[in-house]
Amino acid sequence: MRKNMVVVEGSYAVAHAVKVCRPNVISAYPITPQTHIVEDLAQFVADGDMNCEYMNVESEFSAISALIGASAAGARTYSSTTSQGLALMHEVLFNASGMRLPIVMTVVNRALSAPINIWNDQQDSISQRDTGWIQLYAEDVQESADMTPQIYKLAEDEDVLLPAMSCMDGFILSHVYEPVILLEQSLTDEFLPAYNPEFVLDPKNPMSFGAFADPSTYTEFRYKQEKAMGVALKKIEEIANEFKDIYGRYYGGLIDGYVLDDAQIVIIAMGSIIGTIKDTIDELRKEGESVGLLKVRSFRPFPTEAIRKSLKNARVIITLDKNISIGKNEGALCTEIKACLYNTDNRVPVIGFMLGHGGRDIPIHMIKKIINKAKLVEKGIFVESEFADLREDLA
Amino acid sequence: MSLLKPGHRGCAGCCDALAGKFMLDALGEDVIVVSPTGCLEVFTTPYPESAWGVPWVHSLFENAAAVASGVEAALKALGKKNNTKVVAIGGDGATLDIGLQAISGAFERGHDITYICVDNEAYMNTGIQRSGATPLYASTTTSPAGKVSIGNPQHKKNMPAIMAAHGSPYVATASIAYAPDMMKKVKKAAQVKGPTYVHVHAPCCTGWKFEGSKTIEVGRLAVETAMWPLYEMENGEITGVRKIKNRKPVEEYLKVQGRFKHLFGKEDKTEDIKKIQAIADWNAKHFGLE
Repeated sequence: MRKNMVVVEGSYAVAHAVKVCRPNVISAYPITPQTHIVEDLAQFVADGDMNCEYMNVESEFSAISALIGASAAGARTYSSTTSQGLALMHEVLFNASGMRLPIVMTVVNRALSAPINIWNDQQDSISQRDTGWIQLYAEDVQESADMTPQIYKLAEDEDVLLPAMSCMDGFILSHVYEPVILLEQSLTDEFLPAYNPEFVLDPKNPMSFGAFADPSTYTEFRYKQEKAMGVALKKIEEIANEFKDIYGRYYGGLIDGYVLDDAQIVIIAMGSIIGTIKDTIDELRKEGESVGLLKVRSFRPFPTEAIRKSLKNARVIITLDKNISIGKNEGALCTEIKACLYNTDNRVPVIGFMLGHGGRDIPIHMIKKIINKAKLVEKGIFVESEFADLREDLA
Repeated sequence: MSLLKPGHRGCAGCCDALAGKFMLDALGEDVIVVSPTGCLEVFTTPYPESAWGVPWVHSLFENAAAVASGVEAALKALGKKNNTKVVAIGGDGATLDIGLQAISGAFERGHDITYICVDNEAYMNTGIQRSGATPLYASTTTSPAGKVSIGNPQHKKNMPAIMAAHGSPYVATASIAYAPDMMKKVKKAAQVKGPTYVHVHAPCCTGWKFEGSKTIEVGRLAVETAMWPLYEMENGEITGVRKIKNRKPVEEYLKVQGRFKHLFGKEDKTEDIKKIQAIADWNAKHFGLE
């Protein structure tokens, strides 16, 4: 173990990462499994270790609304939520993006009700896909922590100016104790400059925020958000490399590969399931199977070009989704990967598997079962998309 | 020139425009204004134009108080609070109905903000639908008078009392028909530290159906009949009341508005008008207006 590693809870590692990013205003409402992050931050403030305004608001709706005001007034802002809380924020999420306010939020991914369930899947953040927020997904605790200054730098870039979600799987990452390196204040100050926005609410230089746009002007607001997402595609890579230069750690930029280049069977996934897939691949590679992994780190902006390039040698593509678009019978990643490949010559079968909903465990043998099923494609049996982990007694 | 610039798209005789103008006349330049969605927001900021001569932000319909509290927190965190006032100004729908939770939260947290409700007693921006501020028997597009309906069946929600119950150090009612009184109260609300509230009665010529030249006249009748009492509350206690000399019967106020015309048709509605008169009588007694 490295000398400066400590064993802490995932939530603490993220809260600590938030602290060294020096936000001016934090506004949050407690919801499982996000609570430990905001509790740790409250304690930092209570102990005088953090100099910021910490707002205990009456709902997630007001949590994110308060940050609209704070960000427009020039503050670096932070919130964290999950599941129902994120759903309650839905309307405000569009607003934050349309107003180009670089609010940063950790989403501790959790299932949505009904039935009520506090465990992990990614239905919550996936359901906010089209709100105009950047969405990055972390693989482990260290990446969740390290993603925090990276995502601030990205969101606040003057050519990006979009709000951003750093997504970490609930309980699996938020409540696990792992050895991590807590982000150093000095390195973070070097990596992440102070937030100095050009446009702020200031009586000395009055500006209007959130104007009314009629059909003659509305479209270009959307166009510019999309253009900013395009800039973010480049910046995510640059920022990941810059982070590597300063801190010495790297998790991929938009995507990352694991024994990917020569792999005939490629699994594509996001979040903490990546670790399980890597272990599965290690076992299968020993048995001579040509299996590799493509980790999608940035879901919005979606790295279409990077993914296309990385799948040149794939014969079968498997997507794993902890979410479902009910009525389409597939998860978002499945749909996006299919769309990403459609206008190319690379017409390999894409097979979607939905699993891990509401916190159902995903063991190695399940990933193996999925791979075996996908291999049947070569014999002409085609599975479009299905639940991988149904209980037959309940289904 | 007023800090609310000319050229906005308000109706002739618009109550919101008067309220916005009086507010800024009272507060001056060192202010940040937050508006929820509503007429005032829409007609003052058709992109790329803006009538606001002070920093102004609009986010959504139901979150102005939360946004204002975030602005205030940011100013404090950045060491920029000084004497800058943070003021939210919203309509009755944004205040009494959809935004009530956010207002409650912001007041309970004790931010140094002022919330001004411009109450024209219905959702005028969307076309005169009833709100929690619509008075008894007013005909609106969603509480219309008809063969079996006498208009809005509910009483107006007592919002100033709700705000006083939050422990607000200063709650006042005002009217755009009494500009110096309104400006004095807005100024005081902004000067008192903590979350303060001013509820401004604002007759809407379009929604209440009277001529645009009569806005002030109708506003005065509301006060002179005791349908709209003018008072101040400090720390929950009534500390100031505008007295009425020769209180007028409510008919004088009701008759000049199209939204109450069904009370004065062929059918005798004397008993119903008595119920409205009882509201005015209660106000006169409760607030000691006479």
